[in-house]
Amino acid sequence: MIAIVDYGAGNLNSVKKAFDYLGADVVVTNQSQVLTAADKIVLPGVGHFSSLRGLERTGLRRALLRGASAGKPFLGICLGMQWLFDGSEECIEVAGAGIFSGKCRQFPSSVKSPHVGWNSLTIQEGSRLLRGLAKDPFVYYTHSFHAPVLAAMSAASEYGLPFTAVVERCNIFGVQFHPEKSGDVGLAILKNFCEV
Amino acid sequence: MLTKRIIACLDVDGGRVVKGVRFKNLRDAGDPAECATAHARNGADEIVLLDIAATSGNRRTLLDVVRGTACSLFVPFTVGGGIRQLEDATAVFDAGADKIAINSAAVGDPALIGKIAACFGSQAVVVAIDARKVNGGYEVFTAGGRVPTGRNAIQWAREATACGAGEILLTSMDRDGTQSGFDCQLVRAVAEAVTIPVIASGGAGSALDFIQVFREGRADAALAASIFHFGIENIAQLKRELHHASIPVRWPC
Repeated sequence: MIAIVDYGAGNLNSVKKAFDYLGADVVVTNQSQVLTAADKIVLPGVGHFSSLRGLERTGLRRALLRGASAGKPFLGICLGMQWLFDGSEECIEVAGAGIFSGKCRQFPSSVKSPHVGWNSLTIQEGSRLLRGLAKDPFVYYTHSFHAPVLAAMSAASEYGLPFTAVVERCNIFGVQFHPEKSGDVGLAILKNFCEV
Repeated sequence: MLTKRIIACLDVDGGRVVKGVRFKNLRDAGDPAECATAHARNGADEIVLLDIAATSGNRRTLLDVVRGTACSLFVPFTVGGGIRQLEDATAVFDAGADKIAINSAAVGDPALIGKIAACFGSQAVVVAIDARKVNGGYEVFTAGGRVPTGRNAIQWAREATACGAGEILLTSMDRDGTQSGFDCQLVRAVAEAVTIPVIASGGAGSALDFIQVFREGRADAALAASIFHFGIENIAQLKRELHHASIPVRWPC
């Protein structure tokens, strides 16, 4: 069973709908014990980094960290991916999980922010989350802050500067874009996560 | 590279897609869910559904239409028309929309933009502006283009951005449904005035119109309805032409 974490930030319908469409056994939950029972965890999220406070308030943060260190496949989407890092300049008081090092930063002033729309991925070889995709596929983004480039990056996009689009290490995966809104490419990525 | 978006718009009345000229003379153009899926398969980067009647009797029908359309759609889906308060927006999000578009209600109460953005994020709030050239300036109209507001479209776009809008959907009422080309002057004025993406709407008739609105109008996205519904311009063909004109688009997709 895949648990989609509901911590009161935004709209989770579309993430659930995409997994439903793929035939996955999926639940939306705000209960730590459901995360403990789940085989896989998806942390979605849109909006402001401060909304991740909800994870601490509800005790979900501990359950998420426990699941991640227990080796459960874990997918962070958009803000959920940014949470995997140390934190974000968007809200320095809220700590990320620190699974990947570095802070999320704002785009340079040379480009419009937020970054909204379809952008292409430059995929590194050997990505498990992106296996089977055509070269330079397009995915849908909507965000104002981005994660730093690092060794665990398995795909990059370019918007004023190159930034991390996909990060993966062992059981931990993160995507800055919205696979649930990225057409067939996005569905293929979610399917790969289901099969990890 | 970030691409320019091509957005297919479904104007819906009583559960059916309709299309008029300059907001009048409506023609039936099909079932919303079928139209949306067909456009997405054909390469539409996004689907916008506007409830053009937006009467209270139509409300339940609209939510059913949104639900039916959203369930098989995996590209961004925006719904507008008749959203007057946070509760209306919440109902539309619950039915499966990714973004809502607000127009008259935002003009009447700009704080509504921030209220919805606080719950669902700015990325989910599109402020739709219907503008018409009046005495050399662009005036904002509300209530489906029936009520002049005396407000300047460029200033209102700036204010809406400051209130927390995530995108501006800018319709030229003079060009709506005429297929005589986008109002590039209007689009450019707004695109240069705000820091958020601007979707140009009203007047799409040919691939050249899209090329112009991206180059001269500096639009981030362009929306059309009639030319896609009645098969005058096929989205896949349009994207090939834009690609050949070196406009970055999601193609092949």
